[in-house]
Amino acid sequence: MIGGLFIYNHKGEVLISRVYRDDIGRNAVDAFRVNVIHARQQVRSPVTNIARTSFFHVKRSNIWLAAVTKQNVNAAMVFEFLYKMCDVMAAYFGKVSEENIKNNFVLIYELLDEILDFGYPQNSETGALKTFITQQGIKGQFQTKEEQSQITSQVTGQIGWRREGIKYRRNELFLDVLESVNLLMSPQGQVLSAHVSGRVVMKSYLSGMPECKFGMNDKIVIDKAGKGGVTDEVGKSDLGGGGSTSGKQSIAIDDCTFNQCVRLSKFDSERSISFIPPDGEYELMRYRTTKDIILPFRVIPLVREVGRTKLEVKVVIKSNFKPSLLAQKIEVRIPTPLNTSGVQVICMKGKAKYKASENAIVWKIKRMAGMKESQISAEIELLPTNDKKKWARPPISMNFEVPFAPSGLKVRYLKVFESKLNYSDHDVVKWVRYIGRSGIYETRC
Amino acid sequence: MPAVSKGDGMRGLAVFISDIRNCKSKEAEIKRINKELANIRSKFKGDKALDGYSKKKYVCKLLFIFLLGHDIDFGHMEAVNLLSSNKYTEKQIGYLFISVLVNSNSELIRLINNAIKNDLSSRNPTFMCLALHCIANVGSREMAEAFAGEIPRILVAGDTMDSVKQSAALCLLRLYKASPDLVLMGEWTSRVVHLLNDQHMGVVTAAISLITCLSSKNPDEFKTCVSLAVSRLSRIVSSASTDLQDYTYYFVPAPWLSCKLLRLLQCYPPPEDGAVKGRLVECLETILNKAQEPPKSKKVQHSNAKNAILFEAISLIIHYDSEPNLLVRACNQLGQFLQHRETNLRYLALESMCTLASSEFSHEAVKTHIETVINALKTERDVSVRQRAADLLYAMCDRSNAKQIVAEMLSYLETADYSIREEMVLKVAILAEKYAVDYSWYVDTILNLIRIAGDYVSEEVWYRVIQIVINRDDVQGYAAKTVFEALQAPACHENMVKVGGYILGEFGNLIAGDPRSSPLVQFNLLHSKFHLCSVPTRALLLSAYIKFINLFPETKATIQEVLRSDSQIRNSDVELQQRAVEYLKLSSIASTDVLATVLEEMPPFPERESSILAKLKKKKGPGAVSVELEDGKERGELNGGGDRGGDAAIAASNASTPSPSADLLGLRSAAPVSGATPSAGSLLVDVFSEAGPAATSAGVNDDGFLRFVCKNNGVLFENQLLQIGIKSEYRQNLGRMYLFYGNKTSVQFVSFNTTVSYEIKSRILNVQTKTVEPLVEGGAQVQQVINIECLTDFIDAPLLNIKFRYGGALQNISLKLPVTINKFFQPTEMAAADFFQRWKQLSQPQQEAQKIFKASHGMDTEVLKAKLLGLGTALLENVDPNPENYVCAGVIQTKAQQVGCLLRLEPNAQAQMYRLTLRSSKDTVSQRVCDLLAEQF
Repeated sequence: MIGGLFIYNHKGEVLISRVYRDDIGRNAVDAFRVNVIHARQQVRSPVTNIARTSFFHVKRSNIWLAAVTKQNVNAAMVFEFLYKMCDVMAAYFGKVSEENIKNNFVLIYELLDEILDFGYPQNSETGALKTFITQQGIKGQFQTKEEQSQITSQVTGQIGWRREGIKYRRNELFLDVLESVNLLMSPQGQVLSAHVSGRVVMKSYLSGMPECKFGMNDKIVIDKAGKGGVTDEVGKSDLGGGGSTSGKQSIAIDDCTFNQCVRLSKFDSERSISFIPPDGEYELMRYRTTKDIILPFRVIPLVREVGRTKLEVKVVIKSNFKPSLLAQKIEVRIPTPLNTSGVQVICMKGKAKYKASENAIVWKIKRMAGMKESQISAEIELLPTNDKKKWARPPISMNFEVPFAPSGLKVRYLKVFESKLNYSDHDVVKWVRYIGRSGIYETRC
Repeated sequence: MPAVSKGDGMRGLAVFISDIRNCKSKEAEIKRINKELANIRSKFKGDKALDGYSKKKYVCKLLFIFLLGHDIDFGHMEAVNLLSSNKYTEKQIGYLFISVLVNSNSELIRLINNAIKNDLSSRNPTFMCLALHCIANVGSREMAEAFAGEIPRILVAGDTMDSVKQSAALCLLRLYKASPDLVLMGEWTSRVVHLLNDQHMGVVTAAISLITCLSSKNPDEFKTCVSLAVSRLSRIVSSASTDLQDYTYYFVPAPWLSCKLLRLLQCYPPPEDGAVKGRLVECLETILNKAQEPPKSKKVQHSNAKNAILFEAISLIIHYDSEPNLLVRACNQLGQFLQHRETNLRYLALESMCTLASSEFSHEAVKTHIETVINALKTERDVSVRQRAADLLYAMCDRSNAKQIVAEMLSYLETADYSIREEMVLKVAILAEKYAVDYSWYVDTILNLIRIAGDYVSEEVWYRVIQIVINRDDVQGYAAKTVFEALQAPACHENMVKVGGYILGEFGNLIAGDPRSSPLVQFNLLHSKFHLCSVPTRALLLSAYIKFINLFPETKATIQEVLRSDSQIRNSDVELQQRAVEYLKLSSIASTDVLATVLEEMPPFPERESSILAKLKKKKGPGAVSVELEDGKERGELNGGGDRGGDAAIAASNASTPSPSADLLGLRSAAPVSGATPSAGSLLVDVFSEAGPAATSAGVNDDGFLRFVCKNNGVLFENQLLQIGIKSEYRQNLGRMYLFYGNKTSVQFVSFNTTVSYEIKSRILNVQTKTVEPLVEGGAQVQQVINIECLTDFIDAPLLNIKFRYGGALQNISLKLPVTINKFFQPTEMAAADFFQRWKQLSQPQQEAQKIFKASHGMDTEVLKAKLLGLGTALLENVDPNPENYVCAGVIQTKAQQVGCLLRLEPNAQAQMYRLTLRSSKDTVSQRVCDLLAEQF
């Protein structure tokens, strides 16, 4: 189990230190600082073993969160907890930064007392936590007995993430499908590796204790439905969404994880995702696909070495989606050799600049429609060096944002049932949005 | 880097550095550096001409980036350009960059060398110095190749400035240390030596470092420096503190130079020329006198400088070891320091005294300080000083004060630091034995030792007690009584139980008369410890029990009962079980007579004419230091008893005594056939190895040497401190030997040095060794490879001489390397007819060597065969008509010739005799192989 939890700033100064077990001494704090934060070589493994003590760390911008233990714990559990911890902190005071942590340290200790008990993770649901850990001064005195007992029964009850008696005048829910697409492509255009990792994030403002059912074009469900002959649902409850995959009906999901509110037994037996949603914003599920990915952009590099002191680079990018859709925030990063002494760039669209501090040419395009192409050409002057090492030619990387899901996922329906209160599925206002972003999107040159 | 002046302050550089220092994260720093690098690259691009200032600035930046740990792969050319600048600052930065970032890039090296050459030949002393510093800082082989010829010329040229001479001398020293083969002094030698007469003290100081280094390699060439050094020293010593102006340091005239001069003189023996010697003695006396004068300043620097010279002078006096007067004065001076406030001074005084104690002239003088030293041992706060005090006590010990010193060391042992306990125990054991006149005292001391520091008492120490007790009738009763009393303590150390078990088992009868120590009481006492002991001790105790049955028949029933119990007779340890079963059977089957014969008292450990003493006598000539001789004599007394003829004495300690291990009955020691139980004999001698270096070697090495005639791997030598393992392989006339030196102590050996000596001029063997590291950490092992080429047949084996310092005392071990002519045997298979034909061909009387000798080991067939095969020859089956006989054939491969060799060994089982006949084409070979082999059976 987790023996202690430390939060450091980028210099390695301790901001928060909470020790849960006696086997973790004060020296553990220093051990991590010396061996990881101040290590001469960058430590890349998130798990470090120092003197029979394991340190699990995650880094949020300049902040290090480290969980320490002497026991043989489930590492995945510890990391899940650390990420959850970040989410909880973000939900309470926004960005996890040194200043915010310093300003809220009392709150953080309070939270740590609540979500970890003797090193065992407890309820870390933000909604539930917010009912009894508040930021508005001392409120506890005025809480009535009923309120207190209600909190107790909620936290210890079956549905710990939602309290009863929530009421909204307008029942509304927002559903975002957020995907990031990762690619590694050879110079000849061959896909070496590609996958999409996606998240379904919901924001719900629903009254009472509604029962929801979520459907998407998962291959297994569709095939099953096809066999059973119940196909009418597909057409009826398609909630829209773009993409160029109108022809493709279903996608293969490699693996997925759900929020704790989803009834897993039902998913296992019927492949249906049904749940009582928490109030507010939460992540319903996470998934990953590797097959039939729509690659929004194609990068065609052309690098020519002219003698020892000159390099000519030409890069063409092609957008590969419906012309009606617009990609945004496009950025192409072309690495330059380490002995570059000067660069001239010409590009048809957007702005391009040589950034010496990053050893790269950065080409930015604000937006670009589908089925278009654009080109950049650069002349790089080199300084002759006495090093015989050849330039390693790192891959050209790309960033973008597109308004569809590159995996092809589509939301088929999201039904809401609330038997006690008087509103039905049709009274709920539903919003769906698809966003595809680039993860590590690289093309070798 | 703050701006120095307006012209030199490189603002850009300062800004860049402060930018980097202000970076919040590593990433930001890398970004800033990348940006700067790109900027510098664009500046260095071929088409622009940069002025010297900006070139210097950018090279500085590159250097800074490099020092931050980033790779720099350009800018070398610009740095080289800076070398040819006329401005000092630019040249300096250029040289700085090159000495930090030089790589063996061929074209650049040529340019750099060119620039350096130009500067060296310029008349500007500053530039010359810069160039010399660069050469010294780089110090590579290429540099040495290019400039080793030129620098001596600069050094001795009449018109060179003093500062340049200084730099040149130090630069040459550096090159000499890096690649001595390239720096050839030759014709310059005498002129370099005469630099000692230079007007400028700085030049002399620099030159003397060079001369000290050079003369330690070839002392003969620089012999003339002695008289010069002496006269220089006397001038400095006799000068008033104001004479030398700049070179007077806190009222001490030229302390560094004086120290260096004294150190240089330590490379040479005392000067033969009377006048020079007189002058030197005068100097040393003056130095000693000055130490007595009241300090001219209260500053610590003053006393440090003064003491530095004094200690260096004392080590020179010790080095010469020929002036009794000086030695005694030095000793008195050090005696004063023993009580000084300064811990460092006390340490140094103790350390120097240690060496003084070994000189015959000052030994007595050192002894007068015994009280102070003992006091230091007790009260000193610093452990390293205490350690030195213990060393000194050990060194100053002789018969007159042995009792006092041993008692003090024993009492100190109770509180001693764990790190030095082991060493202390050893020292106490050695001293107790060396200077024992009274055996009861010896026994008391060792038993006390075991009581106080049982964990640190090694096997050898208690083996030795038992041997002495067994060999000396008069002490046996006392020993039994003391041991009995010691065992009565509620908790006693296992080693004590071992000694007790052994001694009571042998001599329990001597105290059985007393009702307080009746047989049953003795037995019960021993048996009460039984369950707390480890397996080997239990085994020893079982043997003691069976001895009890013999000594006291009345205990038989009780002991049989104990042996019969399940915990003995069914013990899971095979050794214990076997002993229990065998002893039980022995006690029940054998008649009293048989029992009495089998379980007779252990015979005295055999003593034989000591080769150690013989060697000591030989050494008695000029070289041998008296202390060692004394050691020998005194040891003689102890072992040999009252008679002064100590010859017989060492004996017990000498090799080849039966294994004194836990086995009392010798039941199992009857079996070992090979006789090669390596540690058997050496164990005993080892206690002494520290004391008598010369002695140890002679005693063990022959034994070790002969053991290796028929085998290639094993332990060549082992004592308390050092174990030498050997592994060797031979092919034709070539051999390779791996020596493994294992440090058995927890303390490091310093100046560890091994040499293999062999008469080179006889052109018999070609031996090449690689030197070993001078430091051997405690518990560590170092390896040495020796390559051997056999040129022609030989008799004498090369000598391996090992020297090292252990706890301040110099250890010297010399061993014969087990290289024998038979190692170069190539086995030859041949049929019976062939064999006899060749046998007949070699029929001349001088070609045959024959020996008839008694078997000293068993005549087991397999063992004989193994030995003959180990010899290197082929064992031929079905050749000799008598199947009992052994016939072998082989060719000895030397570089000069090949010597065919035939062998016939005829054992006679009834008479336990062998006849060995060897025939070879060379008479010396036959004789040598025959001699070697005769020792093996």
